[in-house]
Amino acid sequence: MTEPSASGRSLAARGVIAVGRFVDGRVRGLRSFVAAFGALAELLGQTLRGCGPALLRKKSRLGRESLLDQMVRVGVRSIGIVVLVQIFIGIIIALQMAPTLQQYGQLERVADVVGIAVVRELGPLITAIVLSGFAGASIAAEIGSMVEGEEIKALRAHAMNPVRFLVVPRFLATVVMLTGLCVIADIVGVLGGMITAVLVLDIGAPVYIEFTRQALKFSDFYGGLVKAAVFGLTISMIACHEGFNVSGGAEGVGRATTSTVVKSIVALIAVDVVFTIIFYVFKI
Amino acid sequence: MMDPDVVISIRDLVKTFPDREGRDVKVLDGVSFDIRRGETLVIMGGSGCGKSTLLNCLIGEYRINGGSTLYRTSDMDAPVDIAGLTDADLDRVRLRFGILFQSGALFNSLSVAENVALPLREHTSVDPSVIDIIVTLKLQQVKMLPHRDKMPSQLSGGQKKRAGLARATALDPEILFYDEPSAGLDPVTSAAIDELMIDFSRKLSVTSIVVTHEMDSAFRIADRMVMLEKGRVLRIGTRQEFESLRDADPATLSTDEDRLLNQFLNGASSGPLTDRDGLSMFEKLLIEG
Repeated sequence: MTEPSASGRSLAARGVIAVGRFVDGRVRGLRSFVAAFGALAELLGQTLRGCGPALLRKKSRLGRESLLDQMVRVGVRSIGIVVLVQIFIGIIIALQMAPTLQQYGQLERVADVVGIAVVRELGPLITAIVLSGFAGASIAAEIGSMVEGEEIKALRAHAMNPVRFLVVPRFLATVVMLTGLCVIADIVGVLGGMITAVLVLDIGAPVYIEFTRQALKFSDFYGGLVKAAVFGLTISMIACHEGFNVSGGAEGVGRATTSTVVKSIVALIAVDVVFTIIFYVFKI
Repeated sequence: MMDPDVVISIRDLVKTFPDREGRDVKVLDGVSFDIRRGETLVIMGGSGCGKSTLLNCLIGEYRINGGSTLYRTSDMDAPVDIAGLTDADLDRVRLRFGILFQSGALFNSLSVAENVALPLREHTSVDPSVIDIIVTLKLQQVKMLPHRDKMPSQLSGGQKKRAGLARATALDPEILFYDEPSAGLDPVTSAAIDELMIDFSRKLSVTSIVVTHEMDSAFRIADRMVMLEKGRVLRIGTRQEFESLRDADPATLSTDEDRLLNQFLNGASSGPLTDRDGLSMFEKLLIEG
């Protein structure tokens, strides 16, 4: 039986078809989201299982030496840009909050606001977003190029596990270096606020430091570091997953890098929401 | 019962891939043949006929949807179907074969020598100084010793394939797979790679499975040949049988299958493989997805 042409169908029939297609599209979207989430969880499981052997075995240059290479690439090379961005963040928060605080005669409290905002929230989050563009995209492009160059297939063909060789070093490097970068980001962010306070708001440096010290608890600091570590996990998993799923040559590699940055940013903010709820509920 | 002379036995192999609508499309449909110990078998066919898919099934890169792929290497008491193996068991079978990929597939972050040494470092407990000697020998075999410290980006296409071949033979495999070994090479370099393949096959008694559509190369190296068409085995036979088909006058051939093979083996632009639009059936298959 031939299908009637679109113009031959009644308005009701076309409406039902449109609704059907819409629902089908949403169901497919949901299914692919669940599948991608499952694939990420599976990759994370394989990565965690591979951490021990990758670190303990001395044999391969793709093991521990690769971890150091990746730490330099992911962390050390990102320090400059993280410092620059966090100084700007400190300056922006200080200048944005100053007029409101001045109305209440609490201008010195700008130190509290900058300290809490940077250490609890913006230090880890902005650093992670910078790193998703800087290191995440590069990881996806590198692994994607290896897929296209049949290097991943060659690893498997030589009975070597690509997850242990490629994902584990990148995962560990991203988690460790993002946590380290977060410490730098916290210090530099507070410094940015202090420079603004001293040069623009006429607040003395000792006063600013004292207010910052009083405002911040140790839990603010380590809470931020825990967040940073989970952000590092999120970026590395998404980047490696996108890299492994590259197809279609150079164009596919380009798509994977873009997709890594977009998905990482959305995932980072979603993870941050979860953390914020947990910290709020447990009063951390 | 598997003949002891057979090293790989493929039976009714089926491989499907989902199309855009999610329906399964058969890329390999009931492929069956045996590969004998020590022979060089060339798998050929036009673009899209399934020969690369078949190679990926043979090396365990793709999980098959039906049939069996039985291996019987010298260390096995009984044939092993790789379709039912876990990743760890599959890795044990993989240690008995080597693969030369189309691009060489060298690891770009490692030098030529490190590429060759990698399987030895990973899968043996041999002393590093001995590994260095083995690497030197392997690179000598493929005439790549002067380039041992170069990075893959500094090599030509032919050199990458030679280095890839040295790495594929690092663990002295019983079986060597070659994926389009002559693709993208000039005729002289291609002939040199063919010579290396013949050397490995004859001197080291390695079983070689070569996927190619370069006919000159295929006739130089093959003991037997398999022609695939639309995911099925169209013909399997000795090199001599295929040579006589190639050299025959198409007018004297009695079946469509023979005429089709004759056209393919000669690379003729007219014949049963080409329709009135000038498109080959392979091109049509690709266009139709």
